[in-house]
Amino acid sequence: MALHSHDIAWFSWGALRGYPTRTLLMLTAMAIGVSAVVVLTSLGEGARLYVLDRFASLGTNLIIVFPGRSETAGINPTTMMGETPRDLTLNDALALTRSYKVRRIAPINVGSADVSYLSRSREVVVLGTSHEMLAIRHWELAQGKFLPAIDLDRASPVTVIGSKIRDELFGAEPALGKWIRIGDRRFRVIGVMGSEGRSIGVDVQETIMIPIASAQQIFNTSSVFRILVEAKTREAIEPLKQFIIDTLQQRHQGIKDVTVITQDAVLETFDRILGALTYAVGGIAAISLAVAGILIMNVMLVAVSQRTAEIGLLKALGASPGQIIILILAEAFLLSSLGAIAGYLLGQLGSWSIRYAFPELHAYAPAWAVVIALLVAIVTGLVFSLMPARRAARLDPVLALSGR
Amino acid sequence: MIELAEIHRDFLVGDQIVHALDDVTLTIESGEYVSIMGPSGSGKSTLLNQLGLLDRPSSGTYRLNGQDVTSLSDIEQAQVRNREIGFVFQMFHLVPRLTAAENVELPLILAGMMPQERNAKVARALEDLGMSDRSHHKPDQLSGGQRQRVAIARATVTEPDVLLADEPTGNLDHKSGTDVIRILEQLNERGITLIMVTHDPEMGQRARRQLRMIDGRLHSDVSNSDHQDHGAS
Repeated sequence: MALHSHDIAWFSWGALRGYPTRTLLMLTAMAIGVSAVVVLTSLGEGARLYVLDRFASLGTNLIIVFPGRSETAGINPTTMMGETPRDLTLNDALALTRSYKVRRIAPINVGSADVSYLSRSREVVVLGTSHEMLAIRHWELAQGKFLPAIDLDRASPVTVIGSKIRDELFGAEPALGKWIRIGDRRFRVIGVMGSEGRSIGVDVQETIMIPIASAQQIFNTSSVFRILVEAKTREAIEPLKQFIIDTLQQRHQGIKDVTVITQDAVLETFDRILGALTYAVGGIAAISLAVAGILIMNVMLVAVSQRTAEIGLLKALGASPGQIIILILAEAFLLSSLGAIAGYLLGQLGSWSIRYAFPELHAYAPAWAVVIALLVAIVTGLVFSLMPARRAARLDPVLALSGR
Repeated sequence: MIELAEIHRDFLVGDQIVHALDDVTLTIESGEYVSIMGPSGSGKSTLLNQLGLLDRPSSGTYRLNGQDVTSLSDIEQAQVRNREIGFVFQMFHLVPRLTAAENVELPLILAGMMPQERNAKVARALEDLGMSDRSHHKPDQLSGGQRQRVAIARATVTEPDVLLADEPTGNLDHKSGTDVIRILEQLNERGITLIMVTHDPEMGQRARRQLRMIDGRLHSDVSNSDHQDHGAS
């Protein structure tokens, strides 16, 4: 007495169609669960790729040096005395150029200042840097030229402005060659940044760049915010990193008071964090799947009691307990797999909408998430239907058929 | 042949044991036409459930065609129900979402029969009961009498030895009730053992052998040998 699979399918399908409201509700619950997983993981994945991409656009073979140690091993005298770390200086940057492994070097200073042209004025992020910055960050110029290749410690009253600043200060007027006021000094516009080049934290189009020595004068400081070092090759990054640490330690009276990070390390960290985030979000979405599973259990229980007479009849007609279980499970399987497929399509539509709304976000659900979502949906559907199915199999046909 | 020996069936209602069947011993030969009558609560439906293997006795043995079916597993009992016993219910118990033909097909599906074979049997069963032209109708498109005909077709499609009918005319008007009884009697004349529970004396009198249940016991067992032949009249 083995049921044929097509008969099982036919019977279950008929049962689902016999109760359209119930079926639709269950399908919706399942579909929402699965699509939540698909959409959320695709969002997480998109965000991860986006951030990685942004970091990659910072430049290649990049080493970033900044003052202070972020990784302290235990307690040392500086932490005890609460001493602020020694600043980086332009001379530190110059000292680093001694290594033949360095291709380019660009110290940075950042501050904000009032920038005005005629009567128009606004507060702008001012970036003090050097000629090499353009190449390190792979920026593009729209007009004119970048900061001149002069000694790092030489100030010069020239500036390169972002295209948005140009629009705001000059409107339709040509900007090149004009003098603008930054803080209490006058600078001549020699270049305008292209629309390319948005990087984390800084929107190039909304900044103004001046030689670093000039920036130090405006902000009245001798310190440097960051030093960007580009290594000649990928292999040179690690030895160069060590060279930088050693050199600066020597220059700072033997105290290791700088942090040197490589772009790879940053990338890796973000990759890890965002990867974990995707997993977490996927996990949260999987909970909604489990909820859908519990819903399936409830609805299948209702289905069993709704069809008590039918199950009793099947028993009277010679259905074994195993056959009853198979029929109920088949129904649940059909429901959860249809729901899962609907949810998958819905989820793909959702991530498509995200990509449509945010083209820079590469929001595709990772394959593992899709596979897990579908599997979890179908398995929970089946597992949570075992109980109702067994209840149906144990149903007393006499009571069931009496219909009272 | 049905042989019941000292069948007891007790139910626990609250803290009281109710003897729904109390020491019932009964033999029914193949091809007999038996009616079971008695007041409600007398155990006639319980007896029918025992005969149909829908319920297990508390004690006693039940032999069907020489085989002890009380000791069978659930699965084996299900097979026996499928092959050797047909049920006709007062409430028809047709699956509402299935057509007449699909309802008739159900026991064959459960038996694991191939579709081609099933179709022929279903068509024949419906034809026998004059329901061929209604085979694609859903139960709610059929009259009560027609529904019971479909139910009888379903009960007989597996060609069982025994047909158990529980108040088969209880939900029908007089004319279709008589109609259904005639059909059942015709089946009996072709050799099927017909056992019918009824509280309608007029229906019950038609059977050649009449059992009367009172308080879970077999109160009387009357065979009217001089009973007229229904088929001829």
